[in-house]
Amino acid sequence: MAAGAPMGGGAVSNVYKGNTAKLMAPAWAMIGIFLLAPVAMMVMYSFLTKEFRGGVIWDFTIAAYDQFFFDRGLFGDEPPTIEWTYIGIFWRSIWQAGVATIACLLIGFPTAWFIATRRPSTRSAWLFLVTIPYWVNLLIRTVSMKFLIRDTGPLNELLLWTGAVTEPLGLINTNFAVQLGLFYSYLPFMVLPIYAAVERYDFSLSEAAADLYSNIWTTLWLVILPVVKPGIVAGCILVFVPSLGAFLAPDLLGGAKTFMIGSLIEEQFKGSAGNWPFGAAASTILLSIVMAVLLFYARSQNKGSER
Amino acid sequence: MASAEIAVDIDNVVKRYGSFTALHGVSLGIRENEFFTLLGPSGCGKTTLLRSIAGFEEVTGGTIRLKGEDITNLPPHKRPVNTVFQQYALFPHMTVTENVMFGLLRKGWSKPESIQRVNQVLEMVQLGDYAQRKPSQLSGGQQQRVALARALAPRPAVLLLDEPLSALDLKLRQAVRVELKALQRETGIAFVFVTHDQEEALTMSDRIAVMSDGEVQQIGSPPEIYETPVNRFVADFIGETNLLDVDVHAVSDGMARLSLPGGNGFTCPAAAMRGPGKGHLSVRPERIALCAQGAGELDATVTGRVYLGTDIQLHLRLADDEAMTVRLQNSETTVVPAEGATVGLKLEAGAARLLAD
Repeated sequence: MAAGAPMGGGAVSNVYKGNTAKLMAPAWAMIGIFLLAPVAMMVMYSFLTKEFRGGVIWDFTIAAYDQFFFDRGLFGDEPPTIEWTYIGIFWRSIWQAGVATIACLLIGFPTAWFIATRRPSTRSAWLFLVTIPYWVNLLIRTVSMKFLIRDTGPLNELLLWTGAVTEPLGLINTNFAVQLGLFYSYLPFMVLPIYAAVERYDFSLSEAAADLYSNIWTTLWLVILPVVKPGIVAGCILVFVPSLGAFLAPDLLGGAKTFMIGSLIEEQFKGSAGNWPFGAAASTILLSIVMAVLLFYARSQNKGSER
Repeated sequence: MASAEIAVDIDNVVKRYGSFTALHGVSLGIRENEFFTLLGPSGCGKTTLLRSIAGFEEVTGGTIRLKGEDITNLPPHKRPVNTVFQQYALFPHMTVTENVMFGLLRKGWSKPESIQRVNQVLEMVQLGDYAQRKPSQLSGGQQQRVALARALAPRPAVLLLDEPLSALDLKLRQAVRVELKALQRETGIAFVFVTHDQEEALTMSDRIAVMSDGEVQQIGSPPEIYETPVNRFVADFIGETNLLDVDVHAVSDGMARLSLPGGNGFTCPAAAMRGPGKGHLSVRPERIALCAQGAGELDATVTGRVYLGTDIQLHLRLADDEAMTVRLQNSETTVVPAEGATVGLKLEAGAARLLAD
């Protein structure tokens, strides 16, 4: 890559000298219209005043953020104390998404490894099998999960029939149900990037490690995982970020105790009870957290490769 | 040979992949402090044999002993041998130091001991200044030295090298040959070197095992292999040779009486005891002298001349249409016959050899 890049770059700049800006324009337009503008609108709405039938009044205020972080009593006239409700919801969301991500990693890594080490001719068939559930709408898959794990569903009936349990497990409306839903929803997003990384992995590195007195576990820890790390990180981001903002799984599989950010934001924009600025503020805070984590990661990666 | 001086003893090793047999019962002994080369064309089983010593291939049958100890069923990480891989297989996420230290730490060396040893081997391969680089920041030649340092650092009982020079360009390859040989002398451990390049094998090895189709054809020093090949394959694979169809009259005491194409009688060493019949006579092109027509053992017509710098190569045709090559050293006194001229060929009896097929 390092050897090819300067030559390729040179050829392009000779032919298109001075036209770079024009050539970049469509890409910038796309990013501007579909990415930056909506985010800017969201941030702007978070600083507006709410209107009671939904929508906003164009008066600048930080009321939404104030409501998110501080409790000023029922009538807003008490000294402010920290409002733990929303911070708690955020914390629970991060926890739920984190558990789902780790579960996806634990199942996804061996799956990806298995597929990547099959004969090349059969790999695409395995990948195809992994993606088949995604032909069905996410809503339908999540509802199906609810039917599967509810007290009178097949899972509990099977367990009762075999005598493994004496009464239904009561899975529905628990954190576990939400984690299961998230895990099932986003598992392929973990498998595919790890598969891509493992497929490129040079297995002579494992041989070299074994040759240098490393057993299978130290080889996994010291050589394989560090080398395929970009795939693992990509998979974790692709699972964690959408899990954090998910609302279908918590809505359908969870209950009041498993309320997540996605549902909180969704409610603010639904019907006349909503609060657009508050929803926009919650979204902005969520986006900031995700961006901070990604930037922190990118920074630490750059430091590693500078050496 | 006493078993004490044998570093690696390969005893009747068989390797099958399904219906394909890669090694047909190979037996050979690699001595202590020896530069031993496994030489052969691709697919001859030389790499399979090396990988069997390292433990990457499970052999189907036979025994591999390292300094008298049976290691046939040990996994690679329990064998005190190290490998220099063809594409080096350096850990891309580690610095040069971390790569070289890997085996030491896994073997249970302490950190200070390891650091000292790493510095020592990096000095040995002249890479001291590159200790903190990543493999991607090194040239091919430097990567090759890191691979060498990494494999030598844990003081292996035997060093295995799997075509380590094939990824280097010609000039560098020639320089590394000399260094590698010097390094083997310096470290005093047995090197087992796999290559398909006969020149590499001849210049570096103490002994060479020539392999073909999963079998060892001949084991010997470079002069033995080159000058007294046991069969047609070895004669043909190592260097250039002329193979003449001859009628063998009798073989006794290792000498053969035969008649050359054209009918002249000739006596020369024979590689195998065998009765009368057809045979192949191997004569190296540089061991044939020119003389006047009728004065030598053979007469031939010059069909072409190729200028090679140090040598001049003559292409000739015998009366029975067989082609031959002769190499003349390029000097002021060399008389090069013209194309179309008929010349006599003087074969040195000691340099010709009757071969088994």
